[in-house]
Amino acid sequence: MPPCGHRKVKNMELFIAILILFPFLAAAVQALVKNNSLRKLTVYISSGAIIIATIIFAVMNFGKEQAFLAPDLPLLGFDLIGTVNYGMLAIEFILMAIIIYLSFKYKKYWVALLSVAQTAFISWLELSGRAHAENAYLFCDNLTLILCLMIAVVGGLICVYAVGYLKDYHHHHGDEVKDRRSFFCSMLFVFLGAMFGIVFSANLIWMYFFWEITSVVSFLLIGYTRTEEAVNNSFRALWMNLLGGVGFAAAIGYAAIDLHIFNLQDLVNCNEDVVVIPLICLALAALTKSAQLPFSRWLMGAMVAPTPSSALLHSATMVKAGIYLLIRMAPAMEGNLVGLTVSLIGGFTFFMASVRAIIHTDGKKVLAYSTISNLGLIVACCGVGIDETIWAAIFLMMFHCVSKSLLFQTVGSVEHTSGSRNIEDMHGLIKRYPSLAVAMMIGIAGMYLAPFGMLISKWSALQAFVDAGNIILVLLLAFGSATTLFYWTKWISKLLAYARPTIRRKDTTSLDQWISIGGHTLIMVTLCLVFPFLSDSLVTPIVNSLYGTTTFKPVLSDENLVILVAMIVVIALVIIAGFILTRLVKTKNTTVYMSGIDTGDERHYVGAFDEERTMYHANWYLSDTIGTDRLMNVSTALAAAGLIIGMVLTIGGVL
Amino acid sequence: MAKITKSPWLLHYDGSSCNGCDIEVLACLTPVYDVERFGIINTGNPKHADIFLVTGGINEKNKAVVKQLYDQMPEPKVVVAVGICACNGGVFKDAYNIIGGVDKAIPVDVYVPGCAARPEAIIDGVVKALGVLDEKQKAFKAAKKQKGENK
Amino acid sequence: MNDTLILRIISAVLYILLGGLFSGFLAGLDRKLAARMQGRRGPSVFQPFYDIGKLFSKETLALNHGQFVIAFSFLMLIVATGVLFFAGVDILLVFLALSTAAMFLVFAATSSNSAMSTMGAQREMMQMLAYEPMVLITAVGFYMATGIMNNGVGSFKIMDIGSNDLPAIIYLPGIFLGFLFILTIKFRKSPFDISTSHHAHQELVKGVTTDLSGRNLGMIEVAHWYENTFLLGVVGLFFLCNEWWSIPLAVVAVLVVYFLETFIDNISARVKWELMVKLAWGVTIVCGGLNLLVLEYIF
Repeated sequence: MPPCGHRKVKNMELFIAILILFPFLAAAVQALVKNNSLRKLTVYISSGAIIIATIIFAVMNFGKEQAFLAPDLPLLGFDLIGTVNYGMLAIEFILMAIIIYLSFKYKKYWVALLSVAQTAFISWLELSGRAHAENAYLFCDNLTLILCLMIAVVGGLICVYAVGYLKDYHHHHGDEVKDRRSFFCSMLFVFLGAMFGIVFSANLIWMYFFWEITSVVSFLLIGYTRTEEAVNNSFRALWMNLLGGVGFAAAIGYAAIDLHIFNLQDLVNCNEDVVVIPLICLALAALTKSAQLPFSRWLMGAMVAPTPSSALLHSATMVKAGIYLLIRMAPAMEGNLVGLTVSLIGGFTFFMASVRAIIHTDGKKVLAYSTISNLGLIVACCGVGIDETIWAAIFLMMFHCVSKSLLFQTVGSVEHTSGSRNIEDMHGLIKRYPSLAVAMMIGIAGMYLAPFGMLISKWSALQAFVDAGNIILVLLLAFGSATTLFYWTKWISKLLAYARPTIRRKDTTSLDQWISIGGHTLIMVTLCLVFPFLSDSLVTPIVNSLYGTTTFKPVLSDENLVILVAMIVVIALVIIAGFILTRLVKTKNTTVYMSGIDTGDERHYVGAFDEERTMYHANWYLSDTIGTDRLMNVSTALAAAGLIIGMVLTIGGVL
Repeated sequence: MAKITKSPWLLHYDGSSCNGCDIEVLACLTPVYDVERFGIINTGNPKHADIFLVTGGINEKNKAVVKQLYDQMPEPKVVVAVGICACNGGVFKDAYNIIGGVDKAIPVDVYVPGCAARPEAIIDGVVKALGVLDEKQKAFKAAKKQKGENK
Repeated sequence: MNDTLILRIISAVLYILLGGLFSGFLAGLDRKLAARMQGRRGPSVFQPFYDIGKLFSKETLALNHGQFVIAFSFLMLIVATGVLFFAGVDILLVFLALSTAAMFLVFAATSSNSAMSTMGAQREMMQMLAYEPMVLITAVGFYMATGIMNNGVGSFKIMDIGSNDLPAIIYLPGIFLGFLFILTIKFRKSPFDISTSHHAHQELVKGVTTDLSGRNLGMIEVAHWYENTFLLGVVGLFFLCNEWWSIPLAVVAVLVVYFLETFIDNISARVKWELMVKLAWGVTIVCGGLNLLVLEYIF
């Protein structure tokens, strides 16, 4: 029930409606704008408006928990909800039509089948009146607000980045890729609206509607370049996500028909045994969206898309939709088969994806595997489903969102400036493009170094796993941490090589890109510094409200949180002191040791026949040991088997 | 102040030696002679070394190498030429490609003759080099101090 | 309460003052012992101190300013890690700080853009890959052992781990073995001294430290001393409890372990990294994993 006055609630509903609808409006504007400078202006205005509106909304509603919003909003005297429902149904049919058209165009017929099946099922549910809900359609609590802030701030900044990026992109690709910039920007805003929709929806059908929009947007953006690879990858992403959608539809159907439950909160609080059936179906949807094994391959394929969409959809926010759903479901997953299945798949994905990340030289691929891997950890936290792991999961989600988005953008900018996104080519980036290198290093440090956010969260996850008594997850986390350490360290060490640049190029990163990268860096550092505050005032209340307690204490004691913040300061001071000391102490310059045959520039040496030969140092990618496709196939098969067994046992166990 | 002579680290370079002297150099490390008891370590890395121990003569090809290795050693440093070839070219002196002893490439502080030089002689030479190293360290410090005052 | 705080501060301060000296002395003893095992006289036990003194008195040849900054950060962070450990805070925090510090050694190597250092750095990362899981599992083991002895209330705090009724080793024999195994990697002893060696074995011309000289190299060496003291402290923690006899027991255990490492170093030949990772991970799973499972399901 609304804790605040009726009038206020209505305002809130209106505000939410605006938040969801405004991005769609912005998208429509983008679709129409063909002029580049006008596009820039409109993107800046729309993103700014979204960011500011969301921050105002968040500040206004901060701490107001569980604001269920009444469905009977009498507006202008007609049945608003009913109209909205029919409107959504109509749009779903349009989406279906788009999918059918494209799948016939590219001869991927089975994809159309998946889409038809779920749309038909959902419309049957709605039209036959079986899905007629009497309770809340919208919902807002601190978790929603955090997600909103992530979507608005990170998403808004990425839209700004996209303006500068796409200009470069089409400049570089010339005539190979058709210039569809207005379409691209428009889709980004559609996506933002859909994400707002997902997090604000309480009603499962509404959530499903927005869920499907994100799937289709992702599909369209992956296929942006329309090359054969892009088309294939986009269809792979589509069918996997549609499979998740089928799971979602099944969950809705079962919940509506058998349990007469129409929204997520009721489903989680339901005490009946059979509730595990819709839960595991929703979990299937969440696992596909979050690209967990065995569905990881779509996310790898998604890397063909232009970088802003990789950053926004395939790393920072869209894949978090699955996580969001799992966090909401977590209290209901504790200690049952659903939770066990989800947590083991998550843990396994965390480890396997981090192993795979070692073998890639392509920066975006490493980021993609790292995304899958970290999502796996969050999924494992949700699957364990105790309050401590959820605390960790929310932090992991926040930090991952910011630092991964930052990393994608820096990789994109480095690619445009230097012409390559290969990590090997980033050798000595600190000398060539210091600002980009530093931003990238902050992003990477945020991903894995103590005392930055991800590592703290990982630490609390470990502690929570032990408390939950799940030794297998503890082992997976221990080994996965080691592999994670490996691939990030070798990346940073590439950046840090003080090589004398062979080719000097100007840093051509545009201001649009810098606004976003700078903004992300700032947010990243701030988040780390205010960690204890975040824990107390933001995340702990969420955990309390999810579990209906008031006594939850963070996994990490206050002392530890303070030490961590102190450590950031100490590390910063040490490095600054180091720089000051270098000015004071005397050193003599020399060349590298190369058995005495260096030609003087550290890049060439004298060969046995007195000729000059080039030297090149590469990182280790262990491709002989773990680079085989077999490893991936086997782990996919294992995860698939685990998922199927989990589903069968869960459903069979209660029927 | 730390005395460099208590911890002389050594870089061994084989010029165009017949390997006779090299084997004797390695023999110094064996339990029989055990040069490690003086704190001597065979580092193999000019940047860590204090003593540059060269066997064999200098030829056209290794002249630059010897020079580069010498330049990459931090001050103070000494050079020991081990064996007659390293001292003045030895029996290879008149060979078409041999320039001569190590001193044709870099300044040499101690000459250890012999063909091959006996381990005892090598150890003697190194100990003598330690004396030179000590002098050089003093000079190095004085120079450093003076530089500091001039500042 | 106040007493423990003072105790914690004192031990942290003692670590800063004596941590390096202690390991430096042990390193001298190690070289002497190794020499005796090989039938040599060996250098003076103070030899490591002579070496460090010399390194700091020599000229420093550097490739860039970054080298100094990174070597300095490495030293400081290692000391900070040890201080956290001896101040008795959360052991997971300490281990995480350790891996962050260890990263700086890798960066010190790669920042030089030198072939030997880069190769050494890759191997160093391989070593980290090999020992990291066991380190985390060790922390978890301490937590669970404390839980068992403390009516189910586990703790990662080193103060709590060290003041149980019984030494943790009783519940953690497997984890202790696993930790000993990776200790060989951390001490840079044969057969796992593949990235750099504490001897002049000349593997990769000293690998990660190839292009560091003078003061920069000295700082790295001192950092290793501090690191070793800290690691031996972890070994001691296995034996500490709230009885007086546990302190001499821990000291003896530390010395025995160190002697054992010297011994292993002398009787084994260097292995390839593949074998190292396989062995380390295998031992981690078998010793560490089994130990954890037993703690979870039997006690």
